Order: sequence, then C-alpha cells, then structure tokens
Amino acid sequence: MKARPIAAIVLRQFFLLRGSPVRLFGSVVWVTIDIVLWGFITRYLNTVSGSGVNFVPTLLGAVLLWDFCERVMQGVGTAFLEDVWSRNLLNLFSSPLSISEYVGGLVLTSIMTSSLGLVMMLIVALGVFHLELFSQGLPLAAFVLVLFVFGITLGIVATAMVLRFGPASEWLMWPLAALLSPFAAVFYPVSVLPPWMQWIAHALPPSYVFEGMRSLLSGGGFPSALLLQGTLVAAVELLAAAYVYGRVYRRAVRTGLLARYSAEGAT
Amino acid sequence: MHNRAMNPLTERSAPTPRNDRQALAVAKLCKKYAGVTALDDVSFTVGRGEIVGLLGPNGAGKTTTINMILGVLEPTGGSVMIDGVDIAKDRARALKRTNFAAVYASLPGNLTVGENLWFFGLLYGIESLRNRVDELLKEFDLAHLRDTKCGLLSSGEQTRAALAKALINKPTLLLLDEPTASLDPSAAQTIRERIKQLASRDGCGILWTSHNMLEVQSVCDRVLFLSHGKVLLEGDPRSLPGAHGAASLEELFIRVAREPLVCADPSALASEAAR
Repeated sequence: MKARPIAAIVLRQFFLLRGSPVRLFGSVVWVTIDIVLWGFITRYLNTVSGSGVNFVPTLLGAVLLWDFCERVMQGVGTAFLEDVWSRNLLNLFSSPLSISEYVGGLVLTSIMTSSLGLVMMLIVALGVFHLELFSQGLPLAAFVLVLFVFGITLGIVATAMVLRFGPASEWLMWPLAALLSPFAAVFYPVSVLPPWMQWIAHALPPSYVFEGMRSLLSGGGFPSALLLQGTLVAAVELLAAAYVYGRVYRRAVRTGLLARYSAEGAT
Repeated sequence: MHNRAMNPLTERSAPTPRNDRQALAVAKLCKKYAGVTALDDVSFTVGRGEIVGLLGPNGAGKTTTINMILGVLEPTGGSVMIDGVDIAKDRARALKRTNFAAVYASLPGNLTVGENLWFFGLLYGIESLRNRVDELLKEFDLAHLRDTKCGLLSSGEQTRAALAKALINKPTLLLLDEPTASLDPSAAQTIRERIKQLASRDGCGILWTSHNMLEVQSVCDRVLFLSHGKVLLEGDPRSLPGAHGAASLEELFIRVAREPLVCADPSALASEAAR
C-alpha cells in the first residue's frame, strides 16, 4: 500500500467538507442532539426511579458509544457513497489505486469524521450532564477501540453490499446499525435476551463492550475476559469483512458492474 | 445482396505501428457474459505517437474494449499490455502509464477544478504536483476556473478539465471516448489540435472513439472498425473508404453498422468472397 493514494482519498473528503461545511451536520449536529435528548431522559430517570442507580453513565454512556460506532460505520459508507453519487468509481479504479488503498482511505476518512463527532459528544456529555466517561481511563479506551473496529467492519460490509447490489441498495446501508442494536446489548445485559438472540449477540463485539462497560461502571473490576473476547470477535469479523469486500470487488470487475456504475450512479 | 458488396470489409490490413515499443498491445481479447460474446478475439496495437480511431456502432464493443484496457472489466481471455506492462500481472504499473477521458466519466462535480487535479495527481503519484497542476490549468485555459466546482462548468470547460485530468500523469497511452462530443466547432478544433500535438510532440499513443467521421479522418492515423465484438476493418481512414468502394468514411461506417450478417460471421463471408 502506498501513502499517496490513501492520502488522496482522505484529502478528497477534506475538500468536500471545506466546500460544503453543511456536510458536518451529520457528524456533529445529530450526535449532539442525541446526547442532549438522552441526557435529559437519564436525568429524569434519576429523579423518578428512586433506585439509587445513576443512569447518566449507564444509559448516556451507552448512547454515546453506540452513536460513535454508528458514526464510524457511516463515515466509511458515506465516503464510498460520495464516489457513487459523483459517478467517480470509473475514474478511481482506472487509476493505479488498489482496492486496499481505497478501503484504507475510506477508513482514515472515517477516523477523521467520527473523531469530530466523538469529541463533540464528549464535550456536551461532560459539560451539560457531567458524564465523566473517560475517568475510567485506559480500560474504557480499549473498549472504544473494539467498537471502532466493529464500526469499520460494518462500514466495509455496508459498502460491499452497495457494490454488490447496485447504487439503489444504499438504503440498506443506513439502517444496518439500527437493525443490529437489539442484539448489541447496548442498554440491557445479554442475559435478558431470548436464547436465539443471545447467540447473535455473542457474535457481535458490541455486546462484550457494553457488558464490560456496565461491569466497569458498577465497580466490578476490569472485565479483561470480555475485552479479550470482544477484541477477538472484532478482529475476526474485520478480516472476514475485508475478504468479502475483496471478493465483491473482484466480482464487480468480472461482471462489469464497476464499469456500469458510472452510468447507474446518477439514477 | 448488399452482403456481397460488403465482402471486402472482412479484410484487415496488417497493423502498422510506428514504433517498436507499443503504447498499447491488445491480443486475442475476449469477453463473454453468460453465453453472450461481447468481444471476440480482438487484437490490435497503438504505437507511440500514433492516434488510432476505434469505430463502430452502438453496442459494437468499443466501451467494453476501453473498460478492459482500463482494468475495470476483467477479460474472459486475451491480454492487454500498456507500454510493455501486462495489466493482469502488474495493474498499478500499467495504469500509471495510461489515463482516459470520457463523456460518461466526468470529474466529481462537487470538487473544484484545482481540487480534482490535486486529487487525481495524488492518485497517480505525481511528483512536483503543484507545478503540474499549474501547468495543466494554464495549458487548458482553466486557471481562472481553478476554484470553480466542476459541476458548475459549461460542457466545453468540463471537457477541458477532463482532458487536463487525463494528462496529469503524462500518459504513454491516452484513451479518449468521444472527447469533443459536447464541444462547439471552435473548441473541438482546439482540442483536436492539442491532442494531435500530444501524439506528435510527446509520443503519446492515443486510442480515440468518435462518431464524427470527419473528425476521425482528420485526426486518426489508423482506424479499427468494431462490430458485434469483432474487428472487421483496419487501415488508414483516408484510403480505407475508397479501398472498400465507399465514398466516405461515414458511408463505410453506415455499411458496417447496417450489415449484421457480415458482422456476425466475417470469416464465412471472406470465404464467399474468395469463391
């Protein structure tokens, strides 16, 4: 992999943001609204529950991290869709750019845009609702990294889906994270799910992250086993997603779908 | 009846490359989709400094050929060598030596002209990119449009921007799919001159598709007629019509386009002609 083509993909996204700052709306404003909304819900729950449970870290923290994971996925997906929307795939793949450099560029682009969203969420959560998520230190950062890797995996799967089924299938991409959220144990433990849902939950790294988070916040000590399991599942799924993307790309080159994208991208 | 008159169309003169080292060498290229043959055993070359016209009716296989040369469509058989590099073996090195401009592959409209050139310059790994971008902006009279989004350009300006992008890496092989289709006659003339200069001065091999036969006659050193995925004819666009009993290249084109039987089985008709 060469650095310049990867930098080109990242730079292109920077140019787009510079040219139309309103694109930041999705990365910054929606997540802020989410945090404000859930922040007040957790405050309200704190006042009415009488259970002594502090909902701010458990609920608001979970919302923040799940939102981050979703933004990472959307960062990868949106950067890819920019090329579909602008009918640029033919220009891109007739250049020396390799598929790994392209995906590398999409991932770096996502790091750039999702980090903006994460910083914004942390500022609002800390400033308005006193959520000191990172007071947990390094263990939490490790869990965030697992979520980040899973977000990248979802993004790669989503773009592979669009590449395989055509531009119109972008509508399958947007609800992907929402479809997985019931299984991800974001707000409740995996044990409350019926057995068949638990099977799916165990195949999703976020379930380990949120179980670990809850354990950490309730003072149960560092859940190293959960972190290890989550990391392994996330790594395997990332490799699988990269493999699937490679297969889908090769199929698109074999069948001519990639070349046809220039004509179909506009529709 | 007309088929008999068309028999000479099945004959191909030997390719006449100008230089030993070809900008492009296509050998026995085939593409089949689920039993349908889109391209059948197509072989041709483009020499350094040579402009070759790839002609044929819609659906003849021109874009399929171009897509395979660009590496965005995998051939079922055959090979594509760009400046001596086999694209199947070293895709990045082969594509670094080529570039293209086509009406159906415009530059991203949400980036400015300058941003697009920067973006593609990085993709092609251009050294001294700032100078190269300035050079191209000046050469294609785009300097005043550097900060204008490509989507806001007129069609003539968009063509110039696409050509500037196509030359960002000083390609050995340039593929141009109807480069003057959206230009007024004056702008088209300027672009034709520029492209001819590119071949003669810089030694760039150019594969040019166009439906404007007058343009092809004035620009191309050699033409290839494709029909139904096969090369039916190859030769000098100025002498080819006369050699095949046509008054003009356009008349020859129309005959080729309207003779599906000839196109479907040229070898059978060649045998018939021999009898």
